[in-house]
Amino acid sequence: MSTPVVEVTDLHVSFPGVHAVRGVSLAVHPGECVAVVGESGSGKSVTARTLLGLTGAEATVTAGRLAIEGVDASGFGERQWRSIRGRKIGYVLQDALVSLDSLRPVGKEIAETLKLHRAAPRHEIPRRVIDLLTEVGVPEPEVRAKQYPHELSGGLRQRALIASAIACGPRLLIADEPTTALDVTVQAQILRLLAERKRAGQALLLISHDLAVVAELADRILVMKDGVVVEDGTAAQVLGAPGHPYTKSLLDAIPGPGSRNTVAGDVVIRAEGLVKTFKGRTAVDGVSFELRAGQTLGVVGESGSGKTTTARLVLGLLTPDQGSVEIDGQPWAGLTRARQRELRRHIQVIYQDPLSSFDPRFSVRRILDEALEVGGEPGSLRAKRAVELLEQVGLDESVLDRRPLKLSGGQRQRVAIARALAPRPRVIVCDEPVSALDVSIQAQVLDLLTGLQAELGVAYLFISHHLGVVRHVSDHVLVLKDGRAVESGDAHQIFTAPADPYTQELLAAVPGGHHDQADPSRRALPGRQQHHRLVRPQVG
Amino acid sequence: MIRRILTRLGTSVLVLWGAVTVSFAALHLTPGNVVDVLIGSSTVTPDVRARIIADYGLDEPLFVQYATYLGRVLRGDLGRSYQLHEQVASAIGAQLGPSLQLAGASLLVAVVVSTTLAILTARRKPWIRGLSSNLELIGVSIPTFWTAILLLTIFSFQLGWFPAVGADGFAALVLPVIAVALPITTMLTQMMREGLELTLEQPFVLTARTRGMSDLGVRLRHALRHVLVPTVTLIGWLVGLTVGAMVAVEQIFSRQGIGQLTLTAVGGKDLPVVMGVVLLTAVLYVVVNIVVDVLYLLIDPRLRGAT
Repeated sequence: MSTPVVEVTDLHVSFPGVHAVRGVSLAVHPGECVAVVGESGSGKSVTARTLLGLTGAEATVTAGRLAIEGVDASGFGERQWRSIRGRKIGYVLQDALVSLDSLRPVGKEIAETLKLHRAAPRHEIPRRVIDLLTEVGVPEPEVRAKQYPHELSGGLRQRALIASAIACGPRLLIADEPTTALDVTVQAQILRLLAERKRAGQALLLISHDLAVVAELADRILVMKDGVVVEDGTAAQVLGAPGHPYTKSLLDAIPGPGSRNTVAGDVVIRAEGLVKTFKGRTAVDGVSFELRAGQTLGVVGESGSGKTTTARLVLGLLTPDQGSVEIDGQPWAGLTRARQRELRRHIQVIYQDPLSSFDPRFSVRRILDEALEVGGEPGSLRAKRAVELLEQVGLDESVLDRRPLKLSGGQRQRVAIARALAPRPRVIVCDEPVSALDVSIQAQVLDLLTGLQAELGVAYLFISHHLGVVRHVSDHVLVLKDGRAVESGDAHQIFTAPADPYTQELLAAVPGGHHDQADPSRRALPGRQQHHRLVRPQVG
Repeated sequence: MIRRILTRLGTSVLVLWGAVTVSFAALHLTPGNVVDVLIGSSTVTPDVRARIIADYGLDEPLFVQYATYLGRVLRGDLGRSYQLHEQVASAIGAQLGPSLQLAGASLLVAVVVSTTLAILTARRKPWIRGLSSNLELIGVSIPTFWTAILLLTIFSFQLGWFPAVGADGFAALVLPVIAVALPITTMLTQMMREGLELTLEQPFVLTARTRGMSDLGVRLRHALRHVLVPTVTLIGWLVGLTVGAMVAVEQIFSRQGIGQLTLTAVGGKDLPVVMGVVLLTAVLYVVVNIVVDVLYLLIDPRLRGAT
């Protein structure tokens, strides 16, 4: 077998107070793709950064063996590591919007790698930058090279970031959550680009929290939890016959079609012919829908499709240029401020990032108390109701005196749900409610939402770019593109037999979600099993 | 971008017009006869009184007086100081040079020193940061006049390294510049270090490191520019503070300058000079703000797209 591009055995990394990586061993051979999968805090990114000597001054790193292209790297100083970074090993981070310097044109960022390693004579660098952009599939590279990250689309940005990582032709490309911030179709494009690199002989180390993303690319998958590799095997073994319960729970947590049998009640939201224009750009263009009590309408679309504007129109935070929204038969239009406030109790919202929707100085008690007060709950009953609400969302009163910063991501979203439930709303608008959560927590929160719906008959307007999640929770689906509803109807029908080409494209882009058995080159992922409560809601 | 600059120029004209109007109002709201107010504590012949009345159009209705005054200011005629026996514009012109020299040198020193300190101390070992931030706290807390007196006592009177009086040559500039620059430097250092520390946490910094860039390289080539927008804003504010500090410093080091001129004018109730200085300050404010705005656009490409 050839010399591995990188090889590390029995790696331990600790920071003051935390033993982040405990005894990890991995090797990546030329032309091979190894994936390290785990949730946040599992030590996967720390492991990857160790291969570049970038764990930071606070870290203590020990390893049985740490070799790059067969050369022992355990005693490398800063200067030697710098000659490795970018030249032997390229590194791509998630979200190019923040991973590229926002004040420099992307061409300069790509040129930087070449200049640092004197990989090309100075006068050739502009041409090399254009070649690299072409290589990663950026159209009009001459124009793009002069543009700034904020002027490029998410996909082009990510491609530019990859171009800067491969500029010096590194033997290994490490991609740390390379598609996490991207829309599904763009995600699929980036994954295809990585697959092309791999076919060209590039060794890949893929770091992800999402098994579905790595499933198509990886030859070998390592599952990490709490700094330990709990499972290590070929992709087929890990995905097809997982040995460790944690791997199984990760696979189960991939949202798939749920079994929905909800009972539809009265119409709680009726939106008709909504049009909203911002400075000449039409954000929402003639969108109509209906949502009934006890049901979920999934709103799907990529960024810029008008999802969020639709939500804000429904919430009465924006006034439509044309069309109308009725909540419980009562239109927003023409209401006095006082009547609007009253109507707001009926429609609540939870956001992607609850942390920024809480006042960081408020305790959970005060957050809920405020929501109950707004909901018209008499003062004497509020303390009791607050505890009830917490119980409903699977928390107990021990969190009452904590502040949002002291809660985990899952707990925060539960508190956000409790707050939304406080005024006994008829509808909750869920704006990407699980996108910021780890997959297993995501599954718990989705189960909680489903359970609450069955119990309370609340309706959800569920906005997400994640099709798997929408499929899992929705009765009906509305697909938005450029502000228009391209398709709407029964969720099962849309997901199994999409009529609109755009919906088909969206579905085809879902990683791990569309493989048919006839195509052996693609590996099927086991769908989410029908047991809803496999992962018990746990506090934490 | 052009619209933005035009808007800025428009508001600048408004600010200047406001300043002229306020100084005109001050002239008329000061108790006593306007002529007496203008001549202040000096005595003049009846001929001069008659000329003042004619020049300012004091026998005309108020709005004509206002128009006359505006017209004169527009032509650059700031009136005449009857105490200094010269035109206000030329009196200010004569003092402007030494003051600009002191202010410019102080700002330059402050920017260079604080940038260097911020780059060297951001995200370093706790004791380095602690030492630096404690020194900065002291620097911010000491009043400028006290720094100036202290510097004068030690370096001029005791050690005799620098001249105690005057504005001639480089040596005479050293101590006043230190006195004026000290509070500016410390404030800038604190803000820039904090900004750098936030920036160094950003993912693009990690990306630059993964390309093989050194820590210092990242600070200089990437992080520094991100800190410049707030820095430029703060410097814009600090220009006002500098003018205030210069009044004290010019007095203590017996330097020529606008500060001295203002102090004498206020003491002698020489209103034409005071009004001239008010206008000068307004012009300075407007110019600094335009420069700050243009710098924003140069530093941050994202602002160029907006409007």
